[in-house]
Amino acid sequence: MLLSTPFDLHFDEPLELVKGQRLDGYDLRVETYGTLNAAADNAILICHALSGDHHAAGRHSPDDPKPGWWDAYIGPGKPIDTDRFYVVSLNNLGGCGGTTGPTTVNPATGELWGPDFPDVCVRDWVTSQARLADHLGIAQWAAVVGGSLGGMQALQWAIQYPERLRHAVVIAAAPKLSTQNIAFNEIARQAITRDPDYFEGRYVEHAAIPRAGLGLARMIGHVTYLSDAGLGSKFGRARQDGSDELFQVESYLRYQGEAFTNRFDANTYVLMTRALDEFDPAGEQSLAEALSVAQCGFQVISFSSDWRFNPGRSEEIVRALVDADKPVNYACIPTEHGHDGFLLPHPQYEGLLRAYLSRIEVSA
Amino acid sequence: MRSSLQQVIHWVEPNSRVLDLGCGDGTLMAHLIEHKGCSGYGLEIDRDCIISAVSKGVNAIERDLDNGLGEFGDKTFDTVVMTQALQATQRPDLALAEMLRIGHEAIITFPNFAHISHRIQLGLLGRMPVSKALPHQWYDTPNIHLSTFNDFERLCDAQNAEIMDRQVMTRTGLGHTLARLRPNLLGDLALYRVRGRTL
Repeated sequence: MLLSTPFDLHFDEPLELVKGQRLDGYDLRVETYGTLNAAADNAILICHALSGDHHAAGRHSPDDPKPGWWDAYIGPGKPIDTDRFYVVSLNNLGGCGGTTGPTTVNPATGELWGPDFPDVCVRDWVTSQARLADHLGIAQWAAVVGGSLGGMQALQWAIQYPERLRHAVVIAAAPKLSTQNIAFNEIARQAITRDPDYFEGRYVEHAAIPRAGLGLARMIGHVTYLSDAGLGSKFGRARQDGSDELFQVESYLRYQGEAFTNRFDANTYVLMTRALDEFDPAGEQSLAEALSVAQCGFQVISFSSDWRFNPGRSEEIVRALVDADKPVNYACIPTEHGHDGFLLPHPQYEGLLRAYLSRIEVSA
Repeated sequence: MRSSLQQVIHWVEPNSRVLDLGCGDGTLMAHLIEHKGCSGYGLEIDRDCIISAVSKGVNAIERDLDNGLGEFGDKTFDTVVMTQALQATQRPDLALAEMLRIGHEAIITFPNFAHISHRIQLGLLGRMPVSKALPHQWYDTPNIHLSTFNDFERLCDAQNAEIMDRQVMTRTGLGHTLARLRPNLLGDLALYRVRGRTL
């Protein structure tokens, strides 16, 4: 069993944020799996998605009931093989898993950051991840890997620090959000901020939690991460046991929403969805032009029933990489699990990741 | 390695940029990368083949060739290769036109439907041919657009493609000299190296 222990790293050097504000110092909560080799060339960075955190794999104790969010893919003998690679996973700035964010104290005021935590974006995360690499003695990642918003960080890495990674694995991502994506995020934010218990983001000071809003945001998000067929085959039109009225899917969504409010912070949710909306590494350029600086190899993977970031969005990335004459592999994994497919076991997904990561040369 | 692939490898210039349409498990591309310093991509529809190709170090991209190749720019590859796949496309004419557009050269191999063994099965026995080159039954074959040396050369003519080289493969190697004289009758496999004529 892979046992992991999170730890905090403090960074004193101020971070100038893309949106203009500045963090004088910050903590990152980190987990690592495996061992960094003497040449420091076997490190893989795992970037988390909207609601993820640093706990990507393993368990915190032998009787820990639940492993990390990507435990199916990270561990000894797994596609991201911790016998071979030193795997680093962190909670991003603005998160609520222990890294500096809305739920931590602003040293300037002595109060919680709350809604006043500055807007951070994917580029800021990548900058902070590069400083993490410096701290750990990693000049160059063997690979930067991520799904969804994590895949966007991998893409940003290839553009922002081209010499600091050898491979980027971009899973279930998009080069920027579609209008529909932004629309769904806005509905989620409205659900949160209109909750009477939101108190302009100062709910902690009011001893409240905007459970209704955050739960609703999660329910909306959750439906967009699954597919029609996937929901259908999981629940059909079945009713909840002992109920004549409640469909199982209703009960399921209510449970998912409620469970989420117990582990996730509403301000962080608003911040993370904003970071998603703002992601657009190409900007005025074409994506191929933006990616022309990349020096790494790319593995792009999509999921057939994903309508949040559909396969066409991944194919935009592939096309831009081909236009820019970059090495790229691509496959669309057949699944009915929708966007969530990137978190779930699948033999071809696993096979492809394994085949690609096996190509990475690392020193003994 | 199949001798037909060796011929294809022979035709590909060293250090060239290659697009392999229907790259299968990546055997050809892997060889071109390792032994001829080539670069490029293999397109393939079968994911298990893609996984094999990726593990060989090939840049493999999942792609249904029947959806077109519009995203590839004009003359962006030195050579576009299609081995044993033309007959399985929805529109071999459009596939050839796209290969000529994208590549400076195109290399195409396909089974010759006019081979004498096929003619005997169809002409004398009255049955759709089944052979080593065409192993499927008529109802489950992926080979939906079979053609012959003569047919392909007419298509090249219609598309103003210049045939730079042509080779004939026979199953056993026996009768090879005869097959070169009468490819349409005795050749099992047709191999063509073509390019668009500059107008």
